[in-house]
Amino acid sequence: MEQRPTVYSDEKLFKKLLEDKNITIEDALENEMVINMGPQHPATHGVLRLVLRLDGETVLSALPELGYLHRGYEKMAEEMSYIEFIPHTDRLDYTGTMCNNVAYVLAVEKLLGIEAPKRAQYIRMMIAELSRLAAHMVAIGTYAMDVGAVTMVMWTFREREKIQDIFDRLAGARFTTSYTRIGGVASDADSVTLKMVRDFLDQFHSALDEMDKLLLSNKIFIDRLEGIGVLSKEDAIALGITGPNLRASGVEYDVRRAKPYLFYNEMDFKIPTYTDGDCLARYWLRGDEVRESVKILYQILDKMPQGEILANEPKHTLAHKAEIYTKMEELIHDFMIINYGINPPVGDVFFSAENPKGELGFYIVSNGSGHPWKMKIRSPSFCNLQAIAQLCKGAMISDVIAIIGSLDPVMGEADK
Amino acid sequence: MGLEAKLQQDGFITTTIDSIIAWARKSSVWPMPMGISCCAIEMIAAADPKYDLARFGSEVMRFTPRQCDLMIVAGTVTYKMAQVVRRIYDQMPEPKWVIAMGACTSSGGMYRSYSVVQGIDQFLPVDVYTAGCPPRPENLINAVMTIQQKISKTRARDFQDQPFDNTIITNN
Amino acid sequence: MEMKELIVEKLKKNFGEFVQEVTDFRNDLSITIASNKIVDVAKILKEDPELEFVMCKDVTAIDWATRKNRFTVVYHIYSFKNNITLRIKANIAEESPAIESVTSVWPSANWYERETYDMYGIVFKNHPDLRRMYMPEGFQYHPLRKEFPVLGIPGSLPLPGKI
Ligand code: SF4
Repeated sequence: MEQRPTVYSDEKLFKKLLEDKNITIEDALENEMVINMGPQHPATHGVLRLVLRLDGETVLSALPELGYLHRGYEKMAEEMSYIEFIPHTDRLDYTGTMCNNVAYVLAVEKLLGIEAPKRAQYIRMMIAELSRLAAHMVAIGTYAMDVGAVTMVMWTFREREKIQDIFDRLAGARFTTSYTRIGGVASDADSVTLKMVRDFLDQFHSALDEMDKLLLSNKIFIDRLEGIGVLSKEDAIALGITGPNLRASGVEYDVRRAKPYLFYNEMDFKIPTYTDGDCLARYWLRGDEVRESVKILYQILDKMPQGEILANEPKHTLAHKAEIYTKMEELIHDFMIINYGINPPVGDVFFSAENPKGELGFYIVSNGSGHPWKMKIRSPSFCNLQAIAQLCKGAMISDVIAIIGSLDPVMGEADK
Repeated sequence: MGLEAKLQQDGFITTTIDSIIAWARKSSVWPMPMGISCCAIEMIAAADPKYDLARFGSEVMRFTPRQCDLMIVAGTVTYKMAQVVRRIYDQMPEPKWVIAMGACTSSGGMYRSYSVVQGIDQFLPVDVYTAGCPPRPENLINAVMTIQQKISKTRARDFQDQPFDNTIITNN
Repeated sequence: MEMKELIVEKLKKNFGEFVQEVTDFRNDLSITIASNKIVDVAKILKEDPELEFVMCKDVTAIDWATRKNRFTVVYHIYSFKNNITLRIKANIAEESPAIESVTSVWPSANWYERETYDMYGIVFKNHPDLRRMYMPEGFQYHPLRKEFPVLGIPGSLPLPGKI
C-alpha cells in the first residue's frame, strides 16, 4: 500500500487532491481549523474554555464553555443559615472579596428590613472601595501582562499587597476576610487602620502615575488594543453587560449612583465613561475608576463618624463576643441565631450592588425559616462573558486574549 | 564552609552522582501553576515582589506542563475540571511532584457539594498538602521548601525504571 | 410610587386577567402573569415608550417542591429610563415544565435560560441553543431541584482513574 501523507484527515479532500491535476496549493490550504483554548490557559483568567473556529488567524466563531468551577453555591445556600453563607461570598469574585461581603449582607438586611449603624456603613463603604482598588489592580495587572507588559503585574501586585495588609489588620485575614456581619461589621476599624488607609492613599497617586507612564505612551500596548473588540452601546445593553464594560461603551450606569446604597449619595464622585467601547477604553476606564475610588476613600476617611458598629437588633444581629461571654441575654440570642437562624419574614428581595466587575445581585426567597428557600446570585462576570462570542467574531486570534482580559471575568463568580 | 570556598582551596569536591543530581533538581523546581480559583491569586502573590518565590529557585512558572516538574493545584477542583487536571498531570515529564494548595484541593474544603471533588488525592498522587483557605504565601513557600527536602532525599535511579507514561485518561 | 402604578395599569389594560398577582415587598415590585403570555408581556414592557425595560438582568426559577404549580420562573428586568427594576414571575406546572423563551426580546436571556434549564430542567421553547450551562453533557439530574441531594448522587459524575 502506498504511503499516505497523514496531514489530510479528510478522506474526500485527499481523493480530490490525488485525482485533480490542476489543483493549486491554495485549494489545499482552503481549510478551517477548530482550536481549543483553555480551561488551563494563562490568559483565560482561571478556567474559562473557548472553542474557536479559525480561518488562518481570523476567528470565525467562538464558543465559550463554562462550568469548570461550578461549585454549587446556590444549592449550598439552601442548606445554610444566612450567617453561614457570608464566608462563601468571599469566594465569588475572589479579587475583590470585601465587595461581595458587603453586597450580601445588604441584601439580607433588605430582606429583614433593618439597617446597620452609620459607622458600620462607613466602614463597609471604605472596605468596598478598598477592595475595588484591589480588584482593579489585579484586572489591570493581568490584562497588561496578557498583552505583553509583564512589569505591570509586579507593580500592581505590590500595591495590592499594601491593601491586603490593611485587610489583615482589620479583619485578621489577608484575602478571604468574611468581615461583614448582618447588621454591622465584625470588628471596629481603629485609628491605626484608618491611618494605614490614609498612608496608603497618599503614596498611591504616585504609583498610579508611574503605571500610567509605563503604558500611556507605549505604542505597542496602544496599537495592540485600539479598535479591538468594539462593543456598541445597544449591544452592551442587549447582552446585559454591566460595570466598567458597560460604561466603556458609553452608558452612564452605576448602581452607586442609580440606586444609592450605604452612603454613596453623600459622596462626591464622577462616573467615568468612554464612548469607544474597545479594549483600550475598557483599560482606561478601570484606571479612571481607581482614581475616583481614591477620591471617595479620602471623603470617607474625613467623614468617618463615631459610634456603634452593630445594629441593636438582638433577634437578627450577633452581639459582640465579649458580651456573649458575660451576659445571659446575649448568650441566649447568640445560641438562637446560630442554631435556628435569623428567620426573616416570608418574601423575596432582589438587591444589587456595584462590584468591581459589574452589578452583583442577590435574589433571596425566604419562607420564614432560618435558611433561604432559594438564593440566586446574579454574577456580573457571567453576564459580561456573554459578549465574548460576539466580540471575538472576526478578530485575530491574538486579539482574543486582549478581549478576554478587557472583559475581566472572574470564573469563581461566573461559574458560581 | 561554602562550596565556593572549598572549590578555591582544593579545586575539586567528592560527592555522589545521586546527591549532585538531587541538589540540582531541588534548586530549580519549575512549578506548573494550575490556578483554578481563589488560591491562584495567593499563588501569584507568592511570586510577587513582597514574598518573592524566586529566592527558592521556583519563580519560573511555566504554563505548559511539558516544562514543569511541580504541579501546584491551587483552587477548587470540580468533577468537570478533574479530567483536565489529570490530563495535564499526565503530560508532565517524570519525575514530578504535586502540591495540593488550600483546603479545597486537600479535602474539598468548605464545599460539601455535588460538583466538588472531595480531595484531589482521589485521582492524583499528592506530595504536600498545604493548609489554609487560602494558605498565606508564606505557607506556599513552606510547601515548596518541603518539596525541596523531599527531592533532596531522592536518588537518581529512583526514577529510571519508569517508562514514559503516555496513558490517556479512562473514565471509570 | 407613580411609576409602579403605571406599569401595573398598563399590564392590566393589555392582559386583563392574565395578570395574576401584584406584590410590593420591601419596595420591590413583583408581578405574576400567566406563563403562556410571557413573550407578549416582555414585548410590551420593552417596547412601550413610557416603560422601556431594555435590559434583562436575570432569569431564574424557584422550585416550590409541594405546590401544585411547582416551578416559578422569575425575570428581573431594568429600565434605564425610569431607573426601576421589575420582577416578573410566571408559574408553571411540574409535568414537563416548559415556558416560551424570551431571547427574541432580550438577547441576554440566552445564557440565563440555559442556566435555568441546567439547574431546574425547565425547557425554554424556541431557545436558540438550549444546552447545559455548567454541568457536563450527559449529566442526568438537575441540581437545584429540591429532591437532588447537596452531596450529589454517587457515581453520577465520573472521576479520572486512580494512579
Ligand atoms: S482553599 Fe479556600 S481560597 Fe483556596 S480555592 Fe478553596 S475556597 Fe478558595
